[in-house]
Amino acid sequence: MLAFLIRRLAQAAVVLAVVGLIAFAMFRFAGDPVNQIVGPDTPVSERAEIRKSLGLDDPVLLQFGRYAGNVLRGDFGISYQFRQPVTTLLAERMPATLELAFCATLFALSVGILMGVYCALRRETFLAKLFQAISLVGVSLPTFLIGILLIFLFSVTLGWLPSYGRGDTVRIGGWTTGFLTVSGLKALILPSITLGLFQMTLIMRLVRAEMLEVLRTDYIRFARARGLTTRAIHFGHALKNTLVPVITIAGLQLGSVIAFSIITETVFQWPGMGLLFVQAVQNVDIPIMSAYLLLVAAIFVTINLVVDLLYTVVDPRLRTSVGRTA
Amino acid sequence: MTETVLSVRDLRVAFETRRGTLTAIDGVSLEIGRGEILGVVGESGAGKSVTGSAVIGLIDPPGRIAGGEIRLGSERIDDLPPEKMRRIRGRRIGMIFQDPLTSLDPLYRVGEQIVETIRTHTDLSAKTARARAIDLLTEVGIPAPERRIDGYPHEFSGGMRQRVVIALALAAEPELIIADEPTTALDVSVQAQVITLLKRLCREHGTAVMLVTHDMGVIAEAADRVAVMYSGRIAEIGPVAEVVRAPRHPYARGLMGAIPTLSDTAERLTQIPGSMPRLTAIPPGCAFHPRCPNVFGRCRVERPEPILVGGTRVACHLYDARGEAA
Repeated sequence: MLAFLIRRLAQAAVVLAVVGLIAFAMFRFAGDPVNQIVGPDTPVSERAEIRKSLGLDDPVLLQFGRYAGNVLRGDFGISYQFRQPVTTLLAERMPATLELAFCATLFALSVGILMGVYCALRRETFLAKLFQAISLVGVSLPTFLIGILLIFLFSVTLGWLPSYGRGDTVRIGGWTTGFLTVSGLKALILPSITLGLFQMTLIMRLVRAEMLEVLRTDYIRFARARGLTTRAIHFGHALKNTLVPVITIAGLQLGSVIAFSIITETVFQWPGMGLLFVQAVQNVDIPIMSAYLLLVAAIFVTINLVVDLLYTVVDPRLRTSVGRTA
Repeated sequence: MTETVLSVRDLRVAFETRRGTLTAIDGVSLEIGRGEILGVVGESGAGKSVTGSAVIGLIDPPGRIAGGEIRLGSERIDDLPPEKMRRIRGRRIGMIFQDPLTSLDPLYRVGEQIVETIRTHTDLSAKTARARAIDLLTEVGIPAPERRIDGYPHEFSGGMRQRVVIALALAAEPELIIADEPTTALDVSVQAQVITLLKRLCREHGTAVMLVTHDMGVIAEAADRVAVMYSGRIAEIGPVAEVVRAPRHPYARGLMGAIPTLSDTAERLTQIPGSMPRLTAIPPGCAFHPRCPNVFGRCRVERPEPILVGGTRVACHLYDARGEAA
């Protein structure tokens, strides 16, 4: 188990180093950063001075080494547009994105699993067929459209929920939370649904398909032949076996929820990292872009690792085989 | 015969399909007495397994019991509501499936599954149920049961898993066990052990067994009586000694004649010409008549009813009125 963990950590380090290289390359190839800092009428001598003070004259490898060292210390440089350390900017925005991603995932998992189980167990009912149809819509409609439709219905027409922003937030240490105020919670509803809808339908369809598969297996038939109650068969045996593959997909989806919150945050003007990233792209604010790239990569790698470990917790077969190879 | 445990009268099982109703089992009657092993043989698709599933009430839709009656002891069980039938499954009728590798839920320890079965049908405490589970594992010949009870199914070999499955089927001391091809998926060397075990347990507990198989060796080894099935009907049913050594029905004769022997020097194996009709195309009269070497006019139009000849019941016009003939 320990060897497995160490091997996976080494792999993660390689992935992050490669992403770091790409993030660094952005500085050199996405235009001249000096142009972004100074005005068009700055004299050439001044430009050269800035170039020198920023270390842009040094060899590429040295620059990358310096960059990597800074990143490891948590220093992603200074944002061109805000003239503030990127780390501070991201740390300010991170709670908003993480809270949104958390709610979206919670929504996707709970509703997705419930609907999936219902569709598998009551396959022929009208409601199950309705869920199936809705899930097709969820899979095929783009996120921004769903967001705009929700805003139109619940904010503009009905006026129940806010159409943008986080509402009132409470500051706890370095973390601002919207969980503690009514307006903060209300503001979370629409973005969470928008962000989680795709994942929700995906999980629902996955759970349904997996569970139908599991219900056909011999051990379910045998469980019925043993006279177990329907509840024990469906929820003790069938659902547990269904969730083994669902965990992987759901875990990986959590990563994409954070990464793709860009669109939802733009639609709802959600003051998170995604919105910051979009603004950075518009202003060619490369330090923020590369830091965001690294951050998303780190989140994905971490989630992958956690999913692999979760797998072995749920499935005893993996537990022993991992133990044996280790 | 001692007291009858299972009595099936004129059972009909039908499957509703888009192309109309298919009759998989048509007029099957049989009894099994206490401690008796009835072998059920026939080609694939003859209706052996469906008969077993019908008895334990596990025919999946679109299939259904369309006629006849099934009695367990003196109680009629084919028309019980699902919840009452569930209480009979595992408690009064146990079942063993073909593939021990897939019969057990991979995510639960062997002991958990046995305890679950015991506690579903009795009100033993968790502790007593566990002690009983260890006893059961000892009884089916699992070495070091105190330790193995906490193993997962994948840690057992095929033969050992089938022993666990037998222990599960016996968990609540049922009166009847339906063993659906219990040895087919096992190594030849393990087959004999499992059959011997099954035989011993049934003798000791007085359990009746319906042993569904296509292996004549298993029948000759284990069964007291045997039913030969063809196209969802019983061609011949009687004591093993008579049916195997001196079969009367032309199909039974063909089947026994097709068993290769070591002393046989023939180049080709004996076979019955033609193949069993599909359910959609069962011929009128005797279902076997297109392949029968002794066919005559009446066979093509009139369906033969089972008649008592010697110690066996034979459904063949050859024996009608004339008694012993051909």
